[in-house]
Amino acid sequence: MINEKLTEIIVDLIHDTAVNLPADVLDGLEGMARREAMPLGREMYSCIFDNLKRAKELNCPICQDTGVLQFFLKAGTRFPYLDDVEDSIKQAARISTKKIPLRPNAVESFDERNTGDNVGSRSPWIEWEMIPGSEDLNIGFYMAGGGCALTGRAKVLMPLEGYEGAVKFVFDAITEWGVNACPPLIVGVGIGACAPSAAALSKKAMLRPIGSHNPNPKARDMEERMKKGLNDIGIGALGMSGTESVQCVNIEYAAHHPATLAVGLSVSCWATRRKSITIKGSGL
Amino acid sequence: MRKIITTSIKDEDIRDLKIGDIIYLNGIAGTARDDGHRRVVEENRLPDFDLNGAAVMHVGPIVKGNKENGYEIVAAGPTTSRRMEMYEREFIEKTGVKMIIGKGGMGKKTTDACKEFGVVHCVFPGGCAVTAAAAVEKVLGVEWEDLGMPEAFWILKLKEFGPLVVSIDTNGNNLFDINGKIFKRKKDMVVDEICKHVHYSHG
Ligand code: SF4
Repeated sequence: MINEKLTEIIVDLIHDTAVNLPADVLDGLEGMARREAMPLGREMYSCIFDNLKRAKELNCPICQDTGVLQFFLKAGTRFPYLDDVEDSIKQAARISTKKIPLRPNAVESFDERNTGDNVGSRSPWIEWEMIPGSEDLNIGFYMAGGGCALTGRAKVLMPLEGYEGAVKFVFDAITEWGVNACPPLIVGVGIGACAPSAAALSKKAMLRPIGSHNPNPKARDMEERMKKGLNDIGIGALGMSGTESVQCVNIEYAAHHPATLAVGLSVSCWATRRKSITIKGSGL
Repeated sequence: MRKIITTSIKDEDIRDLKIGDIIYLNGIAGTARDDGHRRVVEENRLPDFDLNGAAVMHVGPIVKGNKENGYEIVAAGPTTSRRMEMYEREFIEKTGVKMIIGKGGMGKKTTDACKEFGVVHCVFPGGCAVTAAAAVEKVLGVEWEDLGMPEAFWILKLKEFGPLVVSIDTNGNNLFDINGKIFKRKKDMVVDEICKHVHYSHG
């Protein structure tokens, strides 16, 4: 069932996410702009900030690609409106598409027709995590643009290829496709047992705040080395070549099979639009 | 001072442009993405609106309004040009466009076509869709609405649309091709260095 109050909250979340960058993303961009040494790169940043200012003034989406709408739910098993959540998200997508507006980006697979309202099979995309005993619902939201999604991939390596193989896999993909993903990029890397788990972990890593680190010192060291390495390649803002190219490299991992070492890659653009909100079960 | 190019574009207007130059565009542009290119090249159909001497934009805009009351462009940043590589040469030949506007570079086939037909490819900063929309003076019309909002053929009147960075010039120079080679070389060095430090093994 559609819950109107819940729907309204989700529409507001979508609108805010489409118009205003999260604080960590904005801070990161401002720092990179200040440190940019190349004239063409500086021109790119000034266009980015002009764009952000206009979007805020007009209360309209930063980028025309408002992406595929993706929701990451942490739902308390005692949240009283669990049954309403999926219907309300779909309704919020329909309303947002008209009201904000969003670009209709759901192309129904096999029919190959744009549904016109961002609702289609398994779209918006919803991932559930249940929190035992909790009464609250935390809604994480991400707008998955096409240009940056195009860089994403996963591969199962043989363990003897090692973490060296994983590094090479990531660097090959970003050197080949990163220019089109609207850098500066946020890079998420997943290490796991099979392609889908490594891919899912890379998405989790990508959604982690800028400046956070993996608690494992080896993983953290690899995060920092990869960040420095990607910056040293010099892709620059919007691929025009420049001083820095990535905001961060975040790694998440799971234990892997003795015979496999899977690596996943998720990439997000300068316009990384992710926000979250917690709804109290008692407050709706 | 801003360098401004105005449609209808003549050979001599863009002959001296070099890769890396920043320009602005005044005049007419039509939008075409994957489906628009497919329609022109595969289905051999042309929009009623004549694009000769105008620009084609790899853009799928967000548009408000309707046919009766008029349209307004809300956001109009460029999409990845490389997806159109397969068809761009024939698209140029059939439509007579003199400027391609998109995001990221294009390949050899398009570069050769730019040289042969005297066309430039320019990039607008990706994602800067509101800045782009602010430079759209008017929506002159729309065709092929059956393709959906992002893929439809929107005809736009632009005023100082930019910054546009010339990425392929009429001499066949290709900015992203040159940069890409440099990035690849540096990548190999950087990866070798990191690999010295990530050999994690039991023990
Ligand atoms: S990659 Fe990001 S900023 Fe670039 S066009 Fe896509 S959604 Fe917009």
